[in-house]
Amino acid sequence: MELEAAAQFAQMGKFIGAGLATMGLGGAGVGVGIIAGNFLAGALRNPSAAPGQMANLFVGIAFAEALGIFSFLIALLLMFAV
Amino acid sequence: MAEEAGSGFAIHPMDQFVVQRWFCADDLATPLNECTTNIRWFEITNVTVWMAIAVLAIAALMLLGTRRRAIIPSRSQSVAEMIYGFIYKMVEDVTGHEGVKYFPYVMTLFLFILFSNLLGLLPMSFTTTSHVAVTVVLALAVFLGVTILGFVKNGIGFLGMFWVTSAPLAIRPILALIEVISYFVRPVSHSIRLAGNLMAGHAVIKVIAGFATLAVASPVVIGSVAALYGLELLVAVVQAYVFTILTCVYLRDAVGGAHH
Repeated sequence: MELEAAAQFAQMGKFIGAGLATMGLGGAGVGVGIIAGNFLAGALRNPSAAPGQMANLFVGIAFAEALGIFSFLIALLLMFAV
Repeated sequence: MAEEAGSGFAIHPMDQFVVQRWFCADDLATPLNECTTNIRWFEITNVTVWMAIAVLAIAALMLLGTRRRAIIPSRSQSVAEMIYGFIYKMVEDVTGHEGVKYFPYVMTLFLFILFSNLLGLLPMSFTTTSHVAVTVVLALAVFLGVTILGFVKNGIGFLGMFWVTSAPLAIRPILALIEVISYFVRPVSHSIRLAGNLMAGHAVIKVIAGFATLAVASPVVIGSVAALYGLELLVAVVQAYVFTILTCVYLRDAVGGAHH
């Protein structure tokens, strides 16, 4: 009985931990928003230079997103691997 | 997923990602639901079938597009030309003239990921790129390829990439450590980004669709599913683009030698 309670407690901790880990994706959202917003601000000032910077925009977004992905990875590991 | 059937969803949102076999390899006469052995590598599953469909679709587009080449292109020819020109320009812009040699590989990656993503959006289909097992193979191939290429092209000087000479000497060891960690984390973020985006997007559509069991909500649900479907169409193309452009960025490190 006690063992079962402990297992359920561990299960609960797993779910809470996975939920908390997803909060890290909020940081990725902030980062992507800052990059896209600044790109738009720059593009509206100098629209002729904007198409040449599309690749840099996507690379920047991808790198900012990568750090959010690690928290998503932790959530996945907690849910399915631990 | 079967034990979670009582969790309130009429259709579980994760059921769409279950790998299912098409035949029972031990005894073809056995019905599928009585086939209890684990799925083995040679068995035909929905993953292999949809991968094959993606490859066939790419071959069909490229072969049909170039079969009757004309000055005024047909629709399939202009689509094939547009994709080709787009990727060629991207490789040339990002990796420089040295990297154009590796254009066929980048083109292959882009087409496979794009077609897998788009075919996954068909109703009742299976999204192969939503599985980490698939994307990790793609990302590891890029990672190992770039690393080997870097050592072949630059010799031991490839390690200079981690020694940032533009920084003050005192902080170079710390920077080197960070650079090494970020180098080895590349395949992780490269693969999880693609799989995570696709998996999350498709799961969201199914979760929203699950609310349709409440009859009052169903008009709203149909509208939101249609809107999310449009978003997923965008995500499918953008993620294929992001995967290939990151491949180009990594390739630039290898063929260009030193870091920036």
